[in-house]
Formats: sequence, C-alpha cells, structure tokens
Amino acid sequence: MTKKEKTEINPDNRGFYGQYGGSYIPELLWANVEELRTRYSPIMSEKSYTDELDRLLRDYAGRPTPLYHAANLSRKTGAKIYLKREDLCHTGSHKLNNVLGQALLAVKMGKKQIIAETGAGQHGVATATVCALMNLPCTIFMGEKDTLRQKLNVTRMEMLGATVVPVSSGSKTLKDATNEAIRHWINNPDDTYYLIGSTIGPHPYPDIVTKLQSVISRETITQLREKEGRDEPDHVLACVGGGSNAAGAFFGFIGNGITRLTGAEAAGEGADSKKTAASINKGSMGIIHGSKTMLLQNKDGQVTETHSISAGLDYPGIGPLHAWLSKEGLAQYLPVSDEEAIEAAFDLTETEGIIPALESAHAVALLDKIDFKPGAVIVICLSGRGDKDMETYSNYFEGRSRGILPADNHQAT
Amino acid sequence: MEKSEKMDEYRGNPLMQLLQTKREKLISVFFTAGFPELESTGEVLSLLEKYGADFVEIGIPYSDPLADGPVIQQTSQTALANGMSIDTLFNQLDSLHGKVNIPMILMGYLNPVLQYGVEKFCARAASAGVSGVILPDLPPDEYKETYGEIFRKHGLHFIFLVTPTTPPERIYLADSLSTAFIYAVGSSSITGGGKSGIYSTDFLQRLKEMKLSNMHIAGFGIKDRESVRLAWEYSSGAIIGTAFMKKLIESGDPQKATGQLMNDLFG
Repeated sequence: MTKKEKTEINPDNRGFYGQYGGSYIPELLWANVEELRTRYSPIMSEKSYTDELDRLLRDYAGRPTPLYHAANLSRKTGAKIYLKREDLCHTGSHKLNNVLGQALLAVKMGKKQIIAETGAGQHGVATATVCALMNLPCTIFMGEKDTLRQKLNVTRMEMLGATVVPVSSGSKTLKDATNEAIRHWINNPDDTYYLIGSTIGPHPYPDIVTKLQSVISRETITQLREKEGRDEPDHVLACVGGGSNAAGAFFGFIGNGITRLTGAEAAGEGADSKKTAASINKGSMGIIHGSKTMLLQNKDGQVTETHSISAGLDYPGIGPLHAWLSKEGLAQYLPVSDEEAIEAAFDLTETEGIIPALESAHAVALLDKIDFKPGAVIVICLSGRGDKDMETYSNYFEGRSRGILPADNHQAT
Repeated sequence: MEKSEKMDEYRGNPLMQLLQTKREKLISVFFTAGFPELESTGEVLSLLEKYGADFVEIGIPYSDPLADGPVIQQTSQTALANGMSIDTLFNQLDSLHGKVNIPMILMGYLNPVLQYGVEKFCARAASAGVSGVILPDLPPDEYKETYGEIFRKHGLHFIFLVTPTTPPERIYLADSLSTAFIYAVGSSSITGGGKSGIYSTDFLQRLKEMKLSNMHIAGFGIKDRESVRLAWEYSSGAIIGTAFMKKLIESGDPQKATGQLMNDLFG
C-alpha cells in the first residue's frame, strides 16, 4: 500500500479528488450549490455549530457507538474482529451522523425546508427523524421499487411527519430518486436545503458527508487505542453504495501505511452478470449526479440499471473519494454477491446474535475474500441493523430451513 | 476574443449566417432526436423548416436528464428505447445533407458526449452540418480550459445558459465564452415551466441592459402567443421545447404537432 503523508484528505478547491469529483451541474442549480460551497466550511467550523453537533451526536444519536469485540466470529475466522456498531445509532444506521450535521447547517443557512433522496429508506428515516426534532418540513424522494421493498421505512418516515414521494421515472430506484430531488431543488431554490445522504453529488456534498461521517473512524481510533493499545487496525471493512459509511470508517486511516482498507461493492447476481451494482469493478469513468466518478453505463454513456438485493447499495455510481482511493491504491473494492451477503448475514446472526442490514452484510462477507494474517485486527463497519430487511431474510430463511436457497427470492422483495 | 476573429472561425456556419441577418423575433424549436420514432428526425426537421422556425435544437436523449421535466424525460426515454444514439443521429443528419437547410444546434448532457469523445463528436457534428452545441452541465471553467479550443477548431458555436440566479460576473463569463448567443433561462425551473409559468421579464431586461457581446434568446416555459411576445420584446428570440414535445406525445404525428404548435404561437 502506498504510504501517503498523514494529512487530512480534502478535495481541491473545485471539489476534485485527483481526477474525480467536481461539479457538473446545469446552470439552474449553480446558485444553490455555490451558496452551499461558500458557506459550509465557515459554518461547520463555528464553535456553536460543533458544540451543538457534538451534543446531538452524544445525547440524541447515542454516540460513541460501541467498538464490539466479536469473540465468536473471531474464533471462527482466526482474526481479531471488532464491529463498529453503527447499527446501534438512533434510527438504526450511520445515516443519522450526516443528517444531524447537514440539518444544523441548513438551519444556520436560514433554510426553511428539507428534501432528501433515499434508497433503502435509512437516510430517509434519519432525515425525517431530525426534521421532526428540528421542526422542519420534510419531503423524501424514494424510487417506487424501493417503496415496495422497504415498506416499513416508508411507514416510519410518514409517522415522523415526512411526505414520501414515490418516483416512477427511470429504473424507479435510488438514482431516479436523486434525479427527482435535484429537480425539486431546481424548482424551489430559495428556502429549500437538499440533504444528500451519501458521498455523492456535486462538490461540496462528497466533502460535507465525508467529514460528517468521519466521526466513525475518529471514535474507532480512540476505542482501539483503549482495547488494543494501537491506533491502526490491520484492516477496515465497509460496504459501499454511494460510499458514506465507508468514507467515514476509512477516513482516519487513509494512507497510514498500516491499515488495509477494503470496500464491498454490491455484485448483485455476480459482478460479471448484467444484474450488478459494482461501479468500480465493472464501471467506467463518467458523470452521474454532478460528479465525475466510476459508474455503470453503456457504451453510449447512458447510465444503466443496476441490481442489488440491498436497496441501499443499488446505485450505479460511487462517491468520487472512493474512485480516487481505488485508483491510487489506497483502498481496494471487492464485489460481493447477493447470495454471499445473505450467507454472511445469517452467519453473523448465528455467531454473534446480531442481525445486520443487508448492506452491512456485504461488509461482513469480505471476511471470506480478503487475505489476513492470523490474529490480524479487523474492524468491520456494521453500518445498519437488519429490521428493515426481515421480509427478504424471511424468504431466504424459509428456503434455508428447507435446505434450499431460492435463487429468485430478491424478485419478491 | 475579438468579434472579427469569431466571424472568421464560423464563416459558412449556417447559424452565424442566420444571426448576421436576423437579430430579432427569432423562433427556435427543440425536439428530442428519435421521438416519436427512431427515424422521425428528418421529418421533424423538414416540418420545422417548412413551418418557419429559424433554427432548431436537437436534443440528444439521455437516461438521467437532470434539468428536464416529465415531458422531455418521457420523450428521452422513448427515444432511447427506440435505439437513438449519438452515432445514429449523426448518420441520420449525414443522410439529410442538402435536403434540410435549417440551422441546427445539438443539445445534450455531457456524459454521452464524453463517452463518445469530444474531438470525435465535434468532427462528426461539423461534417453533419451542425452549427452549435449546448451542454448545460459542462462547467464554463472546464470548457475554457479543456474543450473550448476543440469546438472552435471545428467551427462549432458553444452556447451557455444563464438564469435569473446567475450573478452578473458569471453572466459576463458566459457571454465571453459563448458564441452566437446566450440562452436565457427565464424562470428558475426545470424544462416545462415552474410553478407560476410566468416568465421573468425583469431578468431579460437586466440582460439587455448589461450590453453583452452576444444577443440573448429566451427559453424554458415558452408555450403560447403571450410568452413568445414577451420573449421577443425582451430578448432576440424564443426557444420552445416542452410545448412542442407535449403535442408530439399527444398526437404521435409530427405533421399534426408542428401545425398545432405554430397555430398556438402565431395562428
């Protein structure tokens, strides 16, 4: 692994990590994005902002989340495995870290309402939650297909007072929900804050979300020092859709020369099949949602439909930070199939009594894919809990108890 | 860049020739290539020429058209399903050489053009008789540093959009980089009109007073006699897109749709 000087990773002043990132947006969006670009850094370094965010992360979100030594899983694999329990965050995933930070930013910017996109519904739920807390009107755009496969989260968002808008354009998933949120923002520029849920979109969003999620690795360092007497694990594993939990889990370890960073991309039915969402492994460089990055597209530059059993990873692009880390050899990204993720979810449930989100199960599945020395210290970012996925799991569970794995189960999810 | 230099590079460019002789009351119509049928391009072009449009914008369909409302999303999706691509479009335009004389601008999103290759795109566009290009998601800085030279070399105009929220210094930047004209988006909304549907004549008036080196032509939300009148009063012309595509979706017949549009605008 390349040894880099240990400085904080920042995009350049135009929002590029190497050749990835930037801000490729229609002029109609420019003023909105420019306002955010000029204001986010000063606001986010104000003491009143950081104090309030720290308080909310501690008292409302329940941070720091535990760094749990998974002894059973460790015995089984021969490594020393720690789970960074983002699933124990309020609302059930790491998404709240980012939402709290951006909602505070929105209020400081004088914005009166919040819009957001969501895939699995985790970001939508986190956004609806914080909007309830801060008394902000909230509209969530969600692919129609995702509203069906993550019904429970739709109900949660509605109970929290959000308006959920099902998006029926394109592939009816996260990518289209993002398009629709951006269009809504163009039409309502004055008082609306677009609260992006991942390290995607035009500059400065990837930087904002990365910085807000970096609390994950910051805590990991402190906790690891306490438990292991060292700051650097040998490995950090995380799943990657847009890449927010991975960005946060990797951030403090990038280029330290010790920690090997590995992201799990959703391979769907296999990275070589057409039903995949493995942007780095199977994609090429292009532009999606205002950012130059790796994405799944056809030879004509049309964004292709993706597939993953996990709605949160069912996204054709990836945050520009990850495209750059991969290109620079600072992190590796491996494909994990639907079936491997399901197996890992059942393994973790049986060995540790933790039902992970389908997204996070992809990270757990990396244990079978990476090379590690016996006793290596491995941190897995357990980004979310599995409640929302019980319907999918129960379909497989019935199959398992009959000794078969139904190949087409995801269609029913 | 000096005006005279511009003239040299764009000599023989049909749009340049048009704008040198006609500087007001221009009418331009946008349509999505490959809609309603893959082979509709030639028919639609001939009809628009026949019915008196001054120039056209041919939309290159894209899977994720961020700045477009439901109507152009729908025509784009159908066009892609029909098999439209940049190559197919250029082949169609090649075969129309000499049969259609209306100046043509291509309008699309950056990603398909990047994947095609900007140099190859410009070369083929120029040889197909295209006059200019609009790529709303190509940032002015990057155009200036990386791509401007390629477009100029091939004698292709490049047109930037400005909106009521674009600050003055950025309008001057767009003006300095645009050739032919500036596309004035009259309302802060995606194509097909915002909530009010009312055109920001204040903004167009402001552009007039800025004494820009390019004329500005108004687009987005123009759909009837009144909006054309306002666009003509406060700018050099009117660009109609969604209103035409709506008619084409409804009738499925380019002849009928074009007739109805022109009747709505001028009848």
